[in-house]
Amino acid sequence: MFSCKTSPEVGGMGHSVKRKEDARFLHGKGNYTDDVKLPGMLSMVMVRSPYAYAKIKSINKEKALAIDGVLAVITGEDLAQYNLHWMPTLLSDTQMVLPTDTVMHQSQEVCAVIATDRYIAVDGAEAVDVQYEPMQAIVDPFKALDDDAPLLRPDKEGQKDNHIYHWERGDKAKTEAAIAAADVVVKERIHLPRIHVASIETCGVVASYDKDTEKMLIYLTSQAPHAIRTILALVAGHVGLSEEKIRIIAPDIGGGFGGKVPVYPGYVVAIAASFLIGKPVKWIEDRSENLVNGFARDYHMDCELAATKDGKIQAFKVSTLADHGYTDSSANPSKYPTGMFSICTGSYDYEHAFAELDAVYTNKAPGGVAYRCSFRVTEAVHAIERMVDKLAAELQMDPAEIRFKNFIKKDQFPYASPLGWSYDSGDYDATLKKAMEMVGYDDYKKEQAEKRAQGKLMGIGLCTFTEVVGAGPSKDFDILGIAMFDSAEIRVHPTGKAMARFGTKSQGQGHETTYAQILAEELGIPYTDIEIEEGDTDTAPYGLGTYASRSTPTAGAAAAIAARKLKDKGKKIAAHLLEVSEEDIEWEVGKYFVKGAPEKSKTIQDVAFAAYTNFPPGMEPGFEATHYYDPPNLTFPNGAYICVVEVDEETGAIDVKRFVAIDDCGNIINPMIVEGQVHGGLTQGIAPAMYEGIEYDDEGNVLNGTLMDYLVPTAVESPHWETGHTITPSPHHPLGAKGVAESPTVGAPPAIANAIIDALYPLGIKHLDIPITPAKVWEAIQEAKAKA
Amino acid sequence: MAKHTVTMTINGESVTAEVDSRLLLVHFIRENLDMTGTHIGCDTSSCGACTILIDGKSVKSCTYLAVRADGANITTIEGIAADGTNHPLQQAFHDQHGLHCGFCTPGMIMRAIDLLETNPNPTEEEIRWGISGNLCRCTGYNNIVKSVQQAAKEMAKEKEATV
Repeated sequence: MFSCKTSPEVGGMGHSVKRKEDARFLHGKGNYTDDVKLPGMLSMVMVRSPYAYAKIKSINKEKALAIDGVLAVITGEDLAQYNLHWMPTLLSDTQMVLPTDTVMHQSQEVCAVIATDRYIAVDGAEAVDVQYEPMQAIVDPFKALDDDAPLLRPDKEGQKDNHIYHWERGDKAKTEAAIAAADVVVKERIHLPRIHVASIETCGVVASYDKDTEKMLIYLTSQAPHAIRTILALVAGHVGLSEEKIRIIAPDIGGGFGGKVPVYPGYVVAIAASFLIGKPVKWIEDRSENLVNGFARDYHMDCELAATKDGKIQAFKVSTLADHGYTDSSANPSKYPTGMFSICTGSYDYEHAFAELDAVYTNKAPGGVAYRCSFRVTEAVHAIERMVDKLAAELQMDPAEIRFKNFIKKDQFPYASPLGWSYDSGDYDATLKKAMEMVGYDDYKKEQAEKRAQGKLMGIGLCTFTEVVGAGPSKDFDILGIAMFDSAEIRVHPTGKAMARFGTKSQGQGHETTYAQILAEELGIPYTDIEIEEGDTDTAPYGLGTYASRSTPTAGAAAAIAARKLKDKGKKIAAHLLEVSEEDIEWEVGKYFVKGAPEKSKTIQDVAFAAYTNFPPGMEPGFEATHYYDPPNLTFPNGAYICVVEVDEETGAIDVKRFVAIDDCGNIINPMIVEGQVHGGLTQGIAPAMYEGIEYDDEGNVLNGTLMDYLVPTAVESPHWETGHTITPSPHHPLGAKGVAESPTVGAPPAIANAIIDALYPLGIKHLDIPITPAKVWEAIQEAKAKA
Repeated sequence: MAKHTVTMTINGESVTAEVDSRLLLVHFIRENLDMTGTHIGCDTSSCGACTILIDGKSVKSCTYLAVRADGANITTIEGIAADGTNHPLQQAFHDQHGLHCGFCTPGMIMRAIDLLETNPNPTEEEIRWGISGNLCRCTGYNNIVKSVQQAAKEMAKEKEATV
């Protein structure tokens, strides 16, 4: 296990120090976007489309404008005068800010009402009279490519049908040949439905334009404030909003999970409104708006896994249809339209793989939010982990045994995967063994045999995933051309206290604590003496933000390297103070001393003071350092999860009896925070596995657009999670860390699905798509019984 | 819009104000009184981020008109401990890492105060059911349960000390 180099008081890596950011949240003093109140601030409310696909015949503002307190109704036509009615998505598609003639999904923004307060703005929105001419929506993505399907995006030059792009990776011919020649092939179409991040804080903005200074101050629920500022400058530069005049402050964020990476039309309209009116404008989504707009997942994956008859995997092929809604607003690196989906070969060693994907337009909300996973890793892991279990069932093999038989072994790292990744490190055998010991695997197998003999349904599900996080090396990873490095800037003050600023943005991950711990580890300055700041583009160094588990792999690394620059400078100062040459100075945490004479020493605090008061002649004064970290590779955390369930044959009710999660995220900064992140991710994993999924009817109406019918798990649905670790440091990360928070969201759904399907196996049920609800189980049981 | 004069006690202080009939209590607290610790997370009374105490009982203030609170004794997250000190639940959430983003935390704590008032020594299952009207998207609830357990013990000790 990881051993701490620092004392608990210094609080470097490995200490479960309590969080520095807690106090304000516990006392109701957090500062979220909706808490921002500026003098003269106006409120904005959206008018939204009741139809999934319709022509807008007219928008009559008169009745709304007649209401006392309603100041403006902004339409697409109004924005078109400034060429602001369309905007680019993060993946270079285009999205309407406000429509001029057609609405493309239910709940799309139609126009915005600006009023003196929210209640009056809602009155105004009710009073706007919009006349629509509804059209037949395309809801089923498989029908979007039919010859007679209407062309949804005639606005796009050269667009002849509803196909957006084709992507492929791997050797198709060799993979197909291997599948054709194999002893055993299992096939399945697996759907990962649309889901929503449903952070408890919705999205929102306060935009405040000062006509005298020409500065645009924006408080924004953003996980990536720097990138959004650049995008705004690129989109709205022509009307005078240039980058140095835009200041984005991402204040406290009430949960992000990827949903606060994109730019939503409401942000842009509020900013435009403030720019035109010259007063602060606030827009805060209500929950229904939040749940109906933006989504994650929605991949239909046709999988084929081939193996020898004794269970050695030989080839994997997956062909996917991706439903992107009316525009591809996936928040992916630009060279990776399907994100890191090609991690789908999993934790297993075999030669042949081929993955392809076709993306289509439908009349649904745009999205492709990387919901708590590093860009489509959840889909990829679900595909391979379900298929490995299906193969095990087909061969009557134990799902653990088939995994051990196929795992990439510890000495094979760095491992070149068939679809082009270089896995950095792992010990998959050890991780699974630990999970099996912790859950008591062998005992459960016996219990299962006994229960099956009694006709009871009990299942044990495994998932042994490999994640790919920490985007990323700039040669491969960028968003709209901006390389995905990240940054840290450290200032050590004369009294030895410090502050550091980062290009990332915490949404609950505890950066104010963990970044301070990294600096404590490197410099020996107690973590309590270090203030951390993020989220203000006027003060923080440029960075691409927090998502894809990238903060520790990128900004965490930047912090370590910036601290090491300081340590090097400090060595010269210490030599000067101790009147010896630099070569004679050695370092132990927090202290420089003379080689062979440890009593002659200077603390980091002494050195910091000297950097401002008594530095060597010719040296640049001050004790500050900045680093922009461009990672040489991604990091590859892994985990082994085991779920035990019982299913009630009469009702279909599913009881999760145990869930054990062993994660290997490399070296750990704060075990308490890592464990907390894993707990939270697991609940966000059981959510799509058993409860959540955005449903549509044939007209494109969302059927579960509120928290009354979109079932976010409560403390009752969420099991008592059991967690543990193996530690295999990343060889290329300066701290040996990998990132963790997304692993549980990725790993839990297949473990749960595999457990439920294993429970139903005696009835002949071989696959169910998530969410696996009691109703779905009950129906499957009835169908299976009817067949038997 | 008809106006009404309401008087209520909030965190020990008497407040009198003129409010619209339709003004929700949560907006009265957040907008009129500038106490933003009480949050809004949904529009269907599902999430519990807006939970406060009205006459000692936990109530979702997004589904309660300000006029209805006339004469009520209200406690919000800002009023459960003196400045610079922690209520046992605040301390326990800190100690047990019972919060991540902090958005659900005030509502969760206000609900837990009521829960421990009616059931001072709850089992894990009773805690889980007891907070099931409050959603947290970050923590997975394990550590919230532990926080409530720690606070229950501390509050029992305090009670014993005062008897």
